[in-house]
Amino acid sequence: MTNLAIKTENLTKRYGSLEALKGVDLEVPPGFLFGIIGPDGAGKTSLIRTLATLVLPDGGRASVLGHDVVAEYRSIRNKMGYMPGRFSLYQDLSVLENLQLFASIYDTTIEKNYHLIKDIYQQIEPFKHRRAGQLSGGMKQKLALSCALIHEPEILFLDEPTTGVDPVSRNEFWEMLEDLKKKGISILVSTPYMDEAKLCDMVALIQNGTILSVNTPAEIVDSYNTPLYAIKATNKYQLLKDLKSYSYAASVFPFGEYIHYTDQRGLNVVEELKKHLEANNHSGIEVVSIAPTVEDCFMALMDEQV
Amino acid sequence: MGKTIIEANRLSKIFGSFTAVNEITFMVKEAEIFGFLGANGAGKTTAIKMLTGLLSPTSGEAQVAGFDVYNQTEDIKRNIGYMSQRFSLYEDLTVTENIEFYAGIYGLSRSRIKEKTSELVQKLDLGKVQNALIKSLPLGWRQKLAFSVAIIHDPKIVFLDEPTSGVDPITRRQFWELIYEAAYQGITVFVTTHYMDEAEYCDRISMMVDGKIQALDTPELLKKQFDASTMHEVFVKMARPHEKI
Repeated sequence: MTNLAIKTENLTKRYGSLEALKGVDLEVPPGFLFGIIGPDGAGKTSLIRTLATLVLPDGGRASVLGHDVVAEYRSIRNKMGYMPGRFSLYQDLSVLENLQLFASIYDTTIEKNYHLIKDIYQQIEPFKHRRAGQLSGGMKQKLALSCALIHEPEILFLDEPTTGVDPVSRNEFWEMLEDLKKKGISILVSTPYMDEAKLCDMVALIQNGTILSVNTPAEIVDSYNTPLYAIKATNKYQLLKDLKSYSYAASVFPFGEYIHYTDQRGLNVVEELKKHLEANNHSGIEVVSIAPTVEDCFMALMDEQV
Repeated sequence: MGKTIIEANRLSKIFGSFTAVNEITFMVKEAEIFGFLGANGAGKTTAIKMLTGLLSPTSGEAQVAGFDVYNQTEDIKRNIGYMSQRFSLYEDLTVTENIEFYAGIYGLSRSRIKEKTSELVQKLDLGKVQNALIKSLPLGWRQKLAFSVAIIHDPKIVFLDEPTSGVDPITRRQFWELIYEAAYQGITVFVTTHYMDEAEYCDRISMMVDGKIQALDTPELLKKQFDASTMHEVFVKMARPHEKI
C-alpha cells in the first residue's frame, strides 16, 4: 500500500445532514495524472480537501504517499501542492511577493526550484510586480500553480482548475499538467468537464458522493456495451420530441449537432429509425452508429444509480 | 422568425484606456437562440451589461426589445429576463417563495402568481420539494427553476450567462430542452456558454475576440468557414489569433 500515491477505504465525509462522501474507495498509482470527474455537488472538493488534510474524514481511512491523512498530516503537507477552486493567494501582494512567501514558508527559494515552475512562471514574469488581485483569470491560474509547485511537491491536488475557463485556456492548462507529470509529480485533478477525461491516465467518475467507475478513459468507453446512434434532422427540437416519444427509445440526449440515442431493441436499428423519422415528416435525416464518449458513459452510469 | 428584437450598431464601452467592447454590430431575430461566445476577457459580460440596461455605452447605438440602451433602460428591464450562474434565486427562501417573490416583482396578479406557481412546480417536478429551501436542492434543479423564474413574466428576451456551468450532464440537457421550449413559444434566448457542444444547439453564434465580433453565423456555416468539424475547433482556431495571457 505504501507505494500508492493515494489510497482511500470506505472514506466518508458529512456536513450536518449532507453526506458529501458515501464510502469512497480509491487507489491512485504514483506518477499518474488522475482525474476526478463529476458535476457540482458530486463530492470532488470534499475528497480533495480530505486528502489535502484540510478537513477530517468522518469515517474510513485515507493515505497520501503512504501517510495517514489524520495521524500523519504534517508529513503530507510538506510533500503536497494544493490549488483550491477559488483563487486564494494574497490579492494585495505582487506576483513575485506571493511566490516568495510560498517559497519561504516551505523553507526554500524561488531560485532553487525555478526549473520546476520555469515554463509556467515565465509567462507571467513580465508582470511580476503587479498585484495578484489585478491579474486576469488565466494569469491568476498560472501564479496559483507556480505557488503550489515552488516547494517541489511529490503530489499536486488541483480542485477544478479549468472551471469557467474558455476552451483554449483549458487546452493550455492541460498541456502544463502533462509537462509536470513528465517531471515525476503525481497529480490529482478534478473537473466538471467530461471531455477532459481523455487527457487523464485514469479517471474516477463521481456523482452524489459515490464513485461510479474508476478506469482508464479507453476502458470506460469500452465498458459501454449498448449500440449508440447519432441522429440529425433539420428540425432539431421536433426531432428531440419525436425521439423521446418513440416507443422503442431507451435514452435520448442532445449532443452538439446530433442527438445520441439508444434503443430498447438491441441490434442495428438504423433503417428502422430512418423510416420512423421519414414517416414523421423529418427532412435532412442522418442516422449513424457511433462509439460513445465519456459523457455518454457517465450518463448511463448515472441512470443505473437512480 | 424575422422581426429584429436586438439591434446593436458600432456599440462600444471604454474603461479608461481599455476598450472592453469595440464597435460591435449585430442583430438578433425574434425567437432565435443566439449563442454569444468568446474567451474569458473578450468583452462578453460588458456587452451583456449594456444590452440589459445595466451599463451605459460609451458610443454607438443599440435597441433591445424596441427600447434604447441609453435612456429607456427601465423599459428594457421590464421586457427581458436574466439569469446567471452565480446569483439567481434566494437560497433562504423555499421553491414556492422564490416563484412568488419574482412573480410579484414583475407585477403579476395574485391569481396569475398562484397559477404560475402550480404550473412551474408541476412542470419541473418539484412537488415534493416545493416547501424546501433553495439551498437544499441540487444545483441542476436550482438552475432549471432559475430559468423558469427568469421567464415568469413572459419577457421578449431572456439573457443567460453561463447557465449550465458545473451542472451534471443529464440536467444540462434537460436545461436545454427548457431553452428550446421557450424559443418555440416565441422568447428570444441570448446565451453564453463554455460548453462547445451547447454552442451547436444555437440557431446562430457570434464569436467575440478582444472586444470585437470576429464571426457571426449558424454553427454549420461557421464550421464550414473555419474548415472545422466541431464548434470546439472553430473556437480554438478563432479565439486566440495571437498568444495572450
